Amino acid sequence: MMHESMSSLSAASTVGTSNPFPILELIGLRKVFGQQVVLESIDLKVRPGELVCVIGPSGSGKSTMLRCCNRLEEPSGGQVIVDGTDLMDRRTSIDRMRQKIGMVFQQFNLYPHYSALGNVALALRLVKKMSRAQAELTALDALNRVGLGERAGHYPHQLSGGQQQRVGIARAIALGPKIVLFDEPTSALDPELVGSVLEVMRKLRQIGMTMLVVTHEMAFARAVADRVVFMADGHIVEQGPPEQIFQSPIQERTRAFVEQRH
Amino acid sequence: MDNFVDQFFNLDLMWQSLPLLMKGLGVTLQICVVVIVLGGLGGLLLAVASDSRRLWLRWPTIVYVDFFRAVPPLVLLIFVYSGMPFAGVNLSPYAAVILAFLLNNSAYYSEVYRAGLQSIPPGQIEASRSTGMSRLQTMTWVVMPQAVRNVLPDLLSNTVEVVKLTSLASVASLGDLLYRADMTRSMSYNSSPIVLAALIYLILLWPLVRMVSRFERKQSQ
Amino acid sequence: MGGVQQFSQVFLDPAIINQYWPAIAGGLRVTLGLAAAIVVVGISAGLLLACLRCAGIRSLNALIIAFADIWRALPPLVVILIFYFGLPGIGITFSAWMVLFLTLSLVLAAFSEEIFWAGIRAVDRGQWEAASASGMRAITVLIWIVLPQAMRMSMPSLTNRAIAITKMTALGTVIGVPEILYQASSAQSFSGSATPLTMGALAYVALFLPFVILGRWLESRMNWRRH
Ligand SMILES: Nc1ncnc2c1ncn2[C@@H]1O[C@H](COP(=O)(O)OP(=O)(O)O)[C@@H](O)[C@H]1O
Ligand SMILES: [Mg+2]
Repeated sequence: MMHESMSSLSAASTVGTSNPFPILELIGLRKVFGQQVVLESIDLKVRPGELVCVIGPSGSGKSTMLRCCNRLEEPSGGQVIVDGTDLMDRRTSIDRMRQKIGMVFQQFNLYPHYSALGNVALALRLVKKMSRAQAELTALDALNRVGLGERAGHYPHQLSGGQQQRVGIARAIALGPKIVLFDEPTSALDPELVGSVLEVMRKLRQIGMTMLVVTHEMAFARAVADRVVFMADGHIVEQGPPEQIFQSPIQERTRAFVEQRH
Repeated sequence: MDNFVDQFFNLDLMWQSLPLLMKGLGVTLQICVVVIVLGGLGGLLLAVASDSRRLWLRWPTIVYVDFFRAVPPLVLLIFVYSGMPFAGVNLSPYAAVILAFLLNNSAYYSEVYRAGLQSIPPGQIEASRSTGMSRLQTMTWVVMPQAVRNVLPDLLSNTVEVVKLTSLASVASLGDLLYRADMTRSMSYNSSPIVLAALIYLILLWPLVRMVSRFERKQSQ
Repeated sequence: MGGVQQFSQVFLDPAIINQYWPAIAGGLRVTLGLAAAIVVVGISAGLLLACLRCAGIRSLNALIIAFADIWRALPPLVVILIFYFGLPGIGITFSAWMVLFLTLSLVLAAFSEEIFWAGIRAVDRGQWEAASASGMRAITVLIWIVLPQAMRMSMPSLTNRAIAITKMTALGTVIGVPEILYQASSAQSFSGSATPLTMGALAYVALFLPFVILGRWLESRMNWRRH
């Protein structure tokens, strides 16, 4: 704890005035797969309570960047700082840090052999070392927040895609994370099921959850995001408030991308 | 016809040899238990090792598994039983049988488990790790339960093969079911004791074979 | 160093290798010939049984199922002993070769019947219906539409089974079929050296390792495509 709070002070000193403590900070992040450079000099800050949307053509490195934030993908260079702790530091326990970083996947990735409740409760028991009863209570609370308290006993295959994804969100928020990463959370859903998931994300924003969201839902990004980041070819091309990105982008590539997506 | 019945289904002889065969069955079952339990555990470790990212662990494991899958178990048994003494290693028939079958079966179990491990989508492992669960916790609570269920038919049919395999122990003069039946046959010049042994194997294995078919049908649907 | 030398003297003695490799090679030919015959006959019989099962005649199916179950449950060595030592007692005498061939063919027939049947059942019902709707007879549908798909699905299990059966030809040793293991163990008792056993084991490895490696390669290619 000592170590973490001290490094958050030092991290804070490098940040501008308005919001001194970014929850997530990427500094000069770089990632190569073999010969291929997938991410190059990525700098990004996400501050408490912010909802940042990442948009960009497919293959531009959005998922890779997101996965570097909890080291599911090993960065090739640069720094990843979460809640003041350097994730790349050898002394940092990555399993402990991941409790603070929720993640929601495009394909949900629920455990088919556990009920909705079991999916959410598993890490609570194993990682947070809660008793069974306590874990289930906490899990039920998380499921209620995504509107699925009624379905706690259902198994993934008994739930619709939208419901499965909401269980995925419950699993991520149950641990009480400082930030939740979303990788195209609605891309695998039938159009009529997208709304329920976006609705849950909106609610999370209202209660002040910090979120970094890769998405193709432009309307959602426009309406809900505090900031939009446009990526192409492994670089952040432009970032700013949604009005800027969608109405008066500075970069030509941003304009081309946004116009093509109505 | 009478001749046939007398040669294969001589009830008196069967009845007389039953106690001896039951003793042999005990030995057979004992070998089965040791080989299934140790072979299953060994196979599990080998499976994890052969999927490891560490090359020094992965390649020797793959060589081991492939080698012992390529050598017929009887060859292995004879090698261990009558070849090793030339190198000054004298194993009791029991130890030779167990060693040969373990080498063979851990390799087979390993392939079954490996198929199971690979049947788990990588996304689930990532999801589990993303919640802060360790590698071991992920293995224990997310991967294994599903992997085992996915390969249950193969585990079961491998177990049937182990029981059938133990009949080879007779070649090393270990007093298993088939050995005793064959001894009785050669003393009585009558095959009924072996037919009785066959019936005992059938009673033991038919239910398992049925289960394998049932499982496979369920999976293909 | 001394240990290694001693080891190779016992298990890889050059003089012994020189003397006995023709015998082992002869054994290899016998193993291959027997295996080829068993695989062809066993798999054909299994295919035939699986097709008969499609006819849906209840009593016939019960017989086929019983056949497949019994031959999958019995240890082959038990059957070999019954055939070899029991049948002469009722006036039927088969050569050791014939006993080995019959036993293993029956076992392979049982396994491949189950494998083909699983493959046939896995073919979508819609295929049967679509083909039947276009006026084909059931037997035509089976041969031209269903079987080709079922065969493709059955291939991996069938290959594994065929390899396993080929390995079982080593059981011929027990009744004196001069295949690899028999040659190796008789050479061992003649020469008083363990080297022939090593040669036998290596002959089997040379025979089967290509299949094992091929299987691994095919599997990794399939995984490649999945990702
Ligand atoms: N595990 C990997 N191995 C090799 N290349 C990869 C791997 N993952 C992603 N890539 C490559 O990195 C680039 C960026 O991929 P990704 O981050 O998934 O893009 P996005 O999410 O923006 O569609 C792509 O060209 C992709 O082919
Ligand atoms: Mg992506």
